[in-house]
Amino acid sequence: MDITTQTTKVPQTPQPSLTDGKPTPRGATRPGDRIFLGLSRGSGILVLVIMAAIAAFLTYRAALALGENEANFFTSLEWNPSGIPPKFGIAVLAFGTIVSSVIAMVIAVPISVGIALFITHYAPRKLGGAIAYVIDLLAAVPSIVYGLWGALVLVPHLEGLYGWLDDYLGWTGVFEWNGGAPRSLFTIGILLAIMILPIITNVSREVFRQVPRMHEEAALALGATRWEVIRMSVLPFGRSGVISASMLGLGRALGETMAVAMVLSSSFDINASLLDTGGGTFAQNIASKFNEATVIGRDALIASGLVLFVITLLVNGAARLIIARRKEYSGANA
Amino acid sequence: MSHATLSPRRSSLRGATLPKWFAWAVAAGSVAAGLGISAAAGLESSIQWALIAAVLFVLGSYAVSAKVEGRRQAKDRTATSLVWVAFLLAVVPLASLMWETVKRGVKVLDGYFLTHSMGVVADTEPGGGIYHAILGTLEQVGLATVISVPVGVLTAIYLVEYGRGRLAKAVTFFVDVMTGIPSIVAGLFILSVWVLMLDMGPSGFAGSMALSILMIPVVVRSTEEMLKLVPNELREASLALGVPKWRTILKVVLPTSIGGITTGVMLAIARITGETAPVLLLVWVTNFINANPFQDPQASLPMYIYLQYQNSGGYGAAYDRAWAAALTLIAFIMILNMVARGIARWKAPKTGR
Repeated sequence: MDITTQTTKVPQTPQPSLTDGKPTPRGATRPGDRIFLGLSRGSGILVLVIMAAIAAFLTYRAALALGENEANFFTSLEWNPSGIPPKFGIAVLAFGTIVSSVIAMVIAVPISVGIALFITHYAPRKLGGAIAYVIDLLAAVPSIVYGLWGALVLVPHLEGLYGWLDDYLGWTGVFEWNGGAPRSLFTIGILLAIMILPIITNVSREVFRQVPRMHEEAALALGATRWEVIRMSVLPFGRSGVISASMLGLGRALGETMAVAMVLSSSFDINASLLDTGGGTFAQNIASKFNEATVIGRDALIASGLVLFVITLLVNGAARLIIARRKEYSGANA
Repeated sequence: MSHATLSPRRSSLRGATLPKWFAWAVAAGSVAAGLGISAAAGLESSIQWALIAAVLFVLGSYAVSAKVEGRRQAKDRTATSLVWVAFLLAVVPLASLMWETVKRGVKVLDGYFLTHSMGVVADTEPGGGIYHAILGTLEQVGLATVISVPVGVLTAIYLVEYGRGRLAKAVTFFVDVMTGIPSIVAGLFILSVWVLMLDMGPSGFAGSMALSILMIPVVVRSTEEMLKLVPNELREASLALGVPKWRTILKVVLPTSIGGITTGVMLAIARITGETAPVLLLVWVTNFINANPFQDPQASLPMYIYLQYQNSGGYGAAYDRAWAAALTLIAFIMILNMVARGIARWKAPKTGR
């Protein structure tokens, strides 16, 4: 009996698996292996060190600036860090960043979902593939080019739309236009929407493509129209994917710098009307104020950058959490 | 529900359906009506008549289809038109972006433009070129690549080949977080360490460090995906022959996935080449040729575009140069992208199935 139990136990001994965390005792004794493991683990640790350093250094410089600040950092409408006493606050920047990103999301999310559906369910297969390829390429167009295009092509073309909005919706106060150049937060929202279209489309498309074929065929077999198939099997399946895609897009819109800096005619105040020039965003403010900033001015800009950092961390973290629930795809490369 | 007034085909089992040319007929009708209305009302913008036509098309096809085919089919038609409208709406700005960049960019883009700097050219005058900016971009991006590729590839190897437990989980999570860092924040970080604490001046290298913070996570992610595709049988065969693990990784795993890794690195390069914000904070810009990336401000293509735009004073010459530089930048990035995707398709790892 003893012998048989022993023999049956043999296969149960832990086998050194390739991807097993602990290297086998013999493997670890080889100097080559130890060096290589050290190098690769070191690189992994370096990534952690960089992230910790970013948080630590930004917090340190921000603390220096906030120590001198005489105004409330979160509610003050002023930005005068080199004044005596220094006064600066992020209320205007937070308002501008949120408003422009919300406009961008409202425009971009439905359209992106539409294009993603078009590619996966409506267009002929070859055309869909070609469009997907082109949109992949467009995701790589740098923001500075969007900025140049926005300032020299989009802005002149928006006067008609501004006039129309003022005529018909001006009474709301939100769309009142005083006839200035259309370089307002509303324009920024439109431009950001165009910039984040490709990324939201790419990720949504990946999700829609993974909808189990059987679900769709079952719906079709019950006599559903194409729209009913999409509403009943594609959209419910892809909802979490679309949400995380939108949040990745939002993360990009929040941190966008150059396009906003080139197009927005910024000033440090909050307007009730979206069509009036003025306002600013975190990233734009850093880029535009950096040149003439003094030492404390730079620290104040770093403090506002820290706020942007925290906001994007939260948004991206939420997106990643939703993605992590569905392990099948990764939006990281999109 | 269905009245077979318009439908030529009707059987007892199928509801009435509209013929295939119906959509085209409504489209032609609404375009004509849109043109007619805008001509009558004296509207000049082509966007307006297109919008009128689109609205007429959606309403018209819904009304007729609801009458003939029933509510559900009509809704389906409306959804189809809305999806097409979404697609066309997105195509207009993106196509305009490419078209305007090419049209305005080719004006001054020639051999002279590519081989001369802005040394003695005033911003408002024609002439000058982007040689100094191309040089700076290549050096900064090259340095960033030299920093990021070893770190990124080794981190990916750690995650796939060794990583288990808390450290690996933490690294995975923070690589994800790092992907989402806004480029201006990466610039501010290097600014606070390199410039404010170590008291160094602006240089191409400072910019490269910020760019590599943006590049490392992209390299890690794509390399990780590729290493995971390498079949385990290959590793096992090599280990069974007594080859040490590190030699297995270097001689078996990496060569198998090298095509995919190259693709990932090239896409990462394409991504950071157009980054402007960190360069604005750390490298600044100059009109002169500076071949040394470790000292003094250096030009780069994105900053060149920004400078020409800011200092144009409304003169066309500077705008022309900005567009030409934008075209050069886009062409460079697009070629990198296409070559990278080509390599990916050509050298796709054999998954053993």
